[in-house]
Amino acid sequence: MSDLTKLTIAGARDALRKGETTSVEITEACLSAIEGAGALNAFVLHTPEIALEQAKAADARIKAGDAPAMCGIPLGIKDLFCTKGVNSQAASAILGGFKPEYESTVTSQLFDAGAVMLGKLNMDEFAMGSSNETSTYGNAVNPWRRGNDDAALTPGGSSGGSASAVAADLCLAATGTDTGGSIRQPAAFTGITGLKPTYGRVSRWGIIAFASSLDQAGPMTKDVRDCAIMLQAMAGHDPKDSTSAELAVPDFEAMLTGDIKGKVIGIPKEYRMKGMPEEIEALWAEGVEMLKAAGAEIRDISLPHTKYALPAYYVIAPAEASSNLARYDGVRFGHRAKLAQGDGIVEMYEKTRAEGFGAEVKRRVMVGTYVLSAGYYDAYYNRARKVRALIKRDFDEVFAAGVDAILTPATPSAAFGLGEMAEADPVQMYLNDVFTVTVNLAGLPGIAVPTGTSANGLPLGLQLIGRPWEEGDLMNTAYALEQAAGFVAKPGKWW
Amino acid sequence: MSIDTETARRVAHLARIAVPEEELPALAGEFNAILGFIEQLSEVDVEGVEPMVSVTPMRLKRREDVVTDGSQPQAVLANAPDAREGFFAVPKVVE
Repeated sequence: MSDLTKLTIAGARDALRKGETTSVEITEACLSAIEGAGALNAFVLHTPEIALEQAKAADARIKAGDAPAMCGIPLGIKDLFCTKGVNSQAASAILGGFKPEYESTVTSQLFDAGAVMLGKLNMDEFAMGSSNETSTYGNAVNPWRRGNDDAALTPGGSSGGSASAVAADLCLAATGTDTGGSIRQPAAFTGITGLKPTYGRVSRWGIIAFASSLDQAGPMTKDVRDCAIMLQAMAGHDPKDSTSAELAVPDFEAMLTGDIKGKVIGIPKEYRMKGMPEEIEALWAEGVEMLKAAGAEIRDISLPHTKYALPAYYVIAPAEASSNLARYDGVRFGHRAKLAQGDGIVEMYEKTRAEGFGAEVKRRVMVGTYVLSAGYYDAYYNRARKVRALIKRDFDEVFAAGVDAILTPATPSAAFGLGEMAEADPVQMYLNDVFTVTVNLAGLPGIAVPTGTSANGLPLGLQLIGRPWEEGDLMNTAYALEQAAGFVAKPGKWW
Repeated sequence: MSIDTETARRVAHLARIAVPEEELPALAGEFNAILGFIEQLSEVDVEGVEPMVSVTPMRLKRREDVVTDGSQPQAVLANAPDAREGFFAVPKVVE
């Protein structure tokens, strides 16, 4: 078989079961694609020995007839997931050389299902960023380019390495995490599919924490069917995560019928932002038409507190980050600064954290410290949590009125150039997550699906937001949208 | 609300991040941009709204108060920058 790296999970599963190829063959094809893709800086740690060993074991399982859907499927793993004995450093210098003594629940479930780990993927440091420009490994690069322009573009962030690797066919799929849009925004920037599940659907145990009430891991794949297959393997109750839901995991793939007749799709007027590029408006309008043509009922809705989602996020996420990242103190793991004569423990903390954290992480930790400090806690942190309650209530009311899913753009623009935002103030960069961040605040499932291209040939995506715990229904609507859009474009290979 | 250099210095210390004196004014400027953005929250009427603790109305689970693992000092210390005789080592804490 040619082009094994271009296979979807479903395609590979079927070919493996029929004996048309082996996991070792697919894995070797991916490993050589990765070798030739250094220019994308998507993989930051290669684990070919582990990959081949897992692939051989998977082939034996498939031969024995014991093969879950993920068996033998080569994946990239975001550097935020702790993998036992393999460097896991959240793209931060402060975790330089950290080799966890344990395996995250998500990766152990994937490996138990027979999946193959090709290596660790680039990301924004501690998942703080929307362009993969804050990584200690350097920028990940989008395989797409604007027409014939060879300017390097961002793959989005924070799961930028995951998005780049899947879009460039270096792996069949990848894990991502999403705190404010970190799966959906990079998926949209690279023309792939990314799902952020309901908060609590996927265990956070062993995933390096950013903002615990918002973080959620999910699949980043080549299409909606693969999202369903991979979520199935990642999801489920985990007693090690006290926020993990004790709910059965349905057969997501079986729910992909493409039949959405009679479903009610809400179009929120507050997402029609001033100054939104015309091509995003047009993309959205086309999405509405596609769902209508598939038999859905389109309904105008209002989510009145949308405007306050980003400011609330930029209080809550840094507050939680400042608390979570307090553990990086140079004592138990990671980097410790060299100390001068007479330095005590406070100097050790201050120098270690100054050296180990990058600029954006320091900024957010300090903002978080400020909003939690005496005198400001009520004015900022508590007020943000109240606004968060109102944002969630907006969604609850819309769903209670019979809306099944909500359609919005995924990003305010196509991928921008690396370095192009360097002069902008931090708030400008934060606006990248304007359509996705509400979903994290309300804990809902959301999916980004590529449905079109920009004037200069870059992929653009739409987002669907679903009811809590109804990822299956959400993915079915996304499947109908995917079929109607028929997006098949791939980046031309230049790397 | 405006953050001055002195406040930036205090916040950096609370966060246990060393910031060189000459970088404090720029840091204060960035804080001001971010806090200016956050300031929008004061427009919202939050009268009578309970601050959200968890996205699901789920009671945080508790487990029995028993030892579930342990006796693995080597694994615990494996990633320590400085460990001696089965302990994490740090600079002198008590004068």
